[in-house]
Amino acid sequence: MKPFDYVRPATVSDAVAAAAQSGAVYLAAGTNLLDLMKGGVSRPDRLVDVTHLDGLDGIERLADGSLRIGALVSNADLAHDADFARSYPAVAEALLSGASAQLRNAATVGGNLLQRTRCAYFYDTASRCNKREAGSGCDARGGENRTHAVLGWSDSCIATHPSDFCVPLVALDAIVEIEGRGGRREIALDELHRLPGDTPERESVLEPGDLIVAVRLPPAAREFAPHARYLKVRERTSYAFAVVSAAAALRIENGKIAEARLALGGVAAKPWRARAAEDVLKGVAPTADAFQEAAWRALTDAKPSGDNAFKIELARRIVVRALTLAAAGTPARLSALPASPFASTSGAIHA
Amino acid sequence: MNHSISLTVNGARRDFVLDDPRVTLLDLLRERLHLTGTKKGCDRGQCGACTILVDGKRINSCLALAISHDGADILTIEGVARGDQLHPVQAAFIAHDGFQCGFCTPGQVMSAIGMMREGQAGNDPERIRECMSGNLCRCGAYAGIVDAVLDAQGRMDESDQRRSA
Repeated sequence: MKPFDYVRPATVSDAVAAAAQSGAVYLAAGTNLLDLMKGGVSRPDRLVDVTHLDGLDGIERLADGSLRIGALVSNADLAHDADFARSYPAVAEALLSGASAQLRNAATVGGNLLQRTRCAYFYDTASRCNKREAGSGCDARGGENRTHAVLGWSDSCIATHPSDFCVPLVALDAIVEIEGRGGRREIALDELHRLPGDTPERESVLEPGDLIVAVRLPPAAREFAPHARYLKVRERTSYAFAVVSAAAALRIENGKIAEARLALGGVAAKPWRARAAEDVLKGVAPTADAFQEAAWRALTDAKPSGDNAFKIELARRIVVRALTLAAAGTPARLSALPASPFASTSGAIHA
Repeated sequence: MNHSISLTVNGARRDFVLDDPRVTLLDLLRERLHLTGTKKGCDRGQCGACTILVDGKRINSCLALAISHDGADILTIEGVARGDQLHPVQAAFIAHDGFQCGFCTPGQVMSAIGMMREGQAGNDPERIRECMSGNLCRCGAYAGIVDAVLDAQGRMDESDQRRSA
């Protein structure tokens, strides 16, 4: 690990000033960053430790019905918060399907959003990678790429965003609150991550010094609680990243879908909101035919980036199944194996 | 630049001066305190051999910078027995052959203790396997580990019931 300076700012504005300098990065739990630093993939000159900042670790219900989640809330504390799990069951299920219990205890909300791809060529410093070193090339294109992107990729980069948490969040129109050099601003989570284009080294719209301070779920996000699921196919039943995942949430009124939300994980450099598929479902009955049609719409633009054409058909099937499960109703108890298509028995109570 | 931190480790306060911020909790425990029960397996957060409790929660100590945990309360495998009396989870691992070579065992035991405190697994073997998935065992003693955790969970539930009765 390359040597670095360590600073522990006392306030958010001190943190922003310290992190705005070239070569500086924020340190929260460090579960991804330290791994990258040990491998020489990330080589920061300065770590700005935000874990001791006040006011970033609360979960707060706002007067308008929004939920505001501090950026330092741990993945485990959020998933196990009874009101949260009851109001946003697909988000809780996604959180619990990610990483291991030890990592979920440490990893933060803000860190989860900004975690880096697990593309093996990004991690291997002997390989060419445009994301790690701009302009160096992409060894994933001709390499082992069966888990790589099928949507939104470019010739420069075919990596995927690995987060489970972001998938239902983007489906539910989550908002990211950012403190930067110009003060406080907010953006839709859907706008946080960038597609690679010719500049895969720029993964988000954040500017130097920008600090995610909170994630907010708008009032309407709770209305999907009775019909919301997250489903994740991975190569092991636990402690593995998604090959493909889907978050489906429906608002059903009088036997028809009043509103649908759908997002895919493991398919692109960002959590992939499938708005065209949502439009197909609006105002129709929740039938197998409608879900098939939505799945086709969701993957219309998909194309393989290597040995991963199977992911397109897999994604269609996951979409249909996630929608079918959502329409059947959110179970009272979270599955014993969160988000697993192989789960049999019931587990922890949602609320 | 030197940084001073204090930790509570297995109930005792410890003060450190770090001349390099790169030291992890794992390396601090092993190299400065010679508490070598906490194992360095992968050193990358994948195997769970370095699991400890920090402020009551299980984490991978290899991915935690010591300098960032100033003031933390740490429990390692060396701190779970009471004198010669093993922790119920330790005793259950012996009773159920929950290990072969033993390298992953301190991490397994700490992870099981952390899992029971989280209260998310109960007596469901499928939940125990899911909640212990962050701890790898290359000898493949998983069947014994699940039996040990189930047994210890049952004993601790009984002892809780006796206390509350």
